[in-house]
Amino acid sequence: MTKAFMTKTFMTKTLRSRLKAGVALAAVCAQLTVAAGPASAFCGFYVAKADAKMFNKSSKVVLARIGQQTAITMASDYEGKPSEFALVVPVPSFIQKSQISVVDTKTIDHLDAFTAPRLVEYYDPDPCEPDYRGGVLALATATPTAAIPAPPMQAYPGVKVEARYDIAEYDIAILSAEQSDGLIRWLTDNGYKIPAGAEPVIGSYIKQKLHFFVAKVDIKRFDALKRAYLKPLQVRYQTSKFMLPLRLGTVNANGPQDLTIYALTQQGRVEATNYRTVKVPSNVHVPLFVAHDFPNVYKALFDRAVARQDMHGVFVEYAWDMGWCDPCAAQPLSKPELTELGAGWVPGDSGKAVVNRWPSSNPPSAFVTRLHVRYDAQSFPEDLNFIETSDRENFQARYVLNHPYAGAASCEAAKRYEASLPDRFKHEAENLADLTGWSQKTIAARMATSGELPAGAN
Amino acid sequence: MRTFWSDARHFQIAALSSLLLFNFFLIDFGAKPLYSALAIAAALLTQVVCTRLSGSTRIDLRSPLITGLSLSLLLRANSAWLPALAGIAAIASKFALRVDGRHIFNPAGFAIVLLLSLTSGVWISPGQWGTSIWLASLLVFLALLVLRAAQRSDIALFFLGAHGALLVARAYWLGDPLAIPLHQMQSGSLLIFAFFMISDPKTTPDSRLARFLFALAVAALGYYLAFFMQMRPALYVALIVLSPATPLLNRVIPAKKFEWTPTIQGASS
Repeated sequence: MTKAFMTKTFMTKTLRSRLKAGVALAAVCAQLTVAAGPASAFCGFYVAKADAKMFNKSSKVVLARIGQQTAITMASDYEGKPSEFALVVPVPSFIQKSQISVVDTKTIDHLDAFTAPRLVEYYDPDPCEPDYRGGVLALATATPTAAIPAPPMQAYPGVKVEARYDIAEYDIAILSAEQSDGLIRWLTDNGYKIPAGAEPVIGSYIKQKLHFFVAKVDIKRFDALKRAYLKPLQVRYQTSKFMLPLRLGTVNANGPQDLTIYALTQQGRVEATNYRTVKVPSNVHVPLFVAHDFPNVYKALFDRAVARQDMHGVFVEYAWDMGWCDPCAAQPLSKPELTELGAGWVPGDSGKAVVNRWPSSNPPSAFVTRLHVRYDAQSFPEDLNFIETSDRENFQARYVLNHPYAGAASCEAAKRYEASLPDRFKHEAENLADLTGWSQKTIAARMATSGELPAGAN
Repeated sequence: MRTFWSDARHFQIAALSSLLLFNFFLIDFGAKPLYSALAIAAALLTQVVCTRLSGSTRIDLRSPLITGLSLSLLLRANSAWLPALAGIAAIASKFALRVDGRHIFNPAGFAIVLLLSLTSGVWISPGQWGTSIWLASLLVFLALLVLRAAQRSDIALFFLGAHGALLVARAYWLGDPLAIPLHQMQSGSLLIFAFFMISDPKTTPDSRLARFLFALAVAALGYYLAFFMQMRPALYVALIVLSPATPLLNRVIPAKKFEWTPTIQGASS
């Protein structure tokens, strides 16, 4: 017996609104302010006016790395005015113009969709036809959820503007400094207002001989591009440090922030070396109503997983060879897309990726690890350090719906099957309660709306 | 009973086995039972073969069991033959690389560094033990039992002291909050290194002063490798690179040689 196969992908409301606003530059690392107001940022910060709401509660970073060659692409849900966006990222060395580019937002969204936690549906077979084996019928994904003026340089002892570049809508400067106060004065005079807590962090990075990558939007060029959103920025460099600076992002932060890291590597899974890497709960059977509320369910599930690790965990949501998927939440990325994200080593032509639903015998392409971190200064005092392992075992955050058989069946087996359902529903309700922390009563009430009555729930 | 526990290896086997069970059941991406079994079996088998080859008839399986357990806890691999190879290399090094009648390298540490440098199929997972205080306390408790029995507890404490001092000094120099070195010190894998590897009584110097100098040197080299060379298994590499200094230190600063089983007087006291 064959059943129709369909795949659907739905996005969360939040994600939609974020996409509408355009994914702008990143904010993993800091929450500082520009002259006029609050800012937040990636390894640095982006900035908005005092009255502007901060939106950097969640950021995305793609880290592509082979050997010491590293490409970091930063995207966030920045929704403020482009003119108020600014970004400061510590980088390991001087950056040339050829090492910087902008990336298509769609590519990151594609990677996000490909690796997203997924819900799969199975339909129970006719209990009177015992040979039938169920198959995946539907699929859904939840996706948890950017003109520097130049005062005279002698005013900033030890600060050196190493280079300035115009890249797409961005004005970029590469800075080096000997002391944090000089650099902070430079930043302040150039339109950034730095909160007090940032100075020691910047001082620490200066002593570690890091450079600073500073970007702002040139409004004239941005207007000329006639684009509604800012493109994610990518910086490529050689470094022995496989890490992500988080600390600036926790300065002056308004509560914990979420960061999703998509690591693209050649050998295998990436894990943190200075925090515990854990899997989100997966392969759990859940009630049918979850199909209509998956984003909220996943959010509650993730909140609980974070709490269970006392907010000290780095969560794996997906770890898979980019060459195939099962089930596929989205098509695998094509070589041009992977190259755009910094994984230029993948084999093949520039054509579109072939969707394999099984492991291919092709040479290893890229391995993607999706890590989700919720962090603040207390729980993540130190920057995230990573190691690339040679573990290519697959993992995906996958939740399973089982539709009871809806057809007419009158055999003896059908009676037994029907009698077994309330216990199954009860088990699914318990699973969901355990995953989300929701009360069993609430769950049972919601299950009743889809015709599932757990045993003992009346 | 008292005589049984006076051999530190029995404590060590109990402690490492508990940690391995914890690893199997409570740690994601942790140890795999099959791989652990292979590492342990390979270590035991190599001990038997090497003991026979060396002409001895007294086969003692406690030390290779400890080595196998340590490898299971610390080394991760992407195929089953690698932990087995690690077990063989560890025990073979004990028989092949000897000075003054005793082996130079901690067997598990040697195998870890050897495999990390020879193949990309292995890795270590220093973050997987997390930083939970209760786990740290458990480790300290288990380890103190081992070290008290082994009477070499000082080197682990010397090492942790030196390592901690370097981390605090670095934080002070960078202007970092104390939370950073504290977080680094709470690492479960650091404690495992201190209490189950650098403190291996067979490969540490005999005199207290030499152990102090040795611990200091491992901490300093480990610091250099970690922060200047960005090496993740920095401490293991530091220990193995510096281990050949142990026989030298034992000659320069001689002291009573360590034996697992205490002398009659020691046992009765």
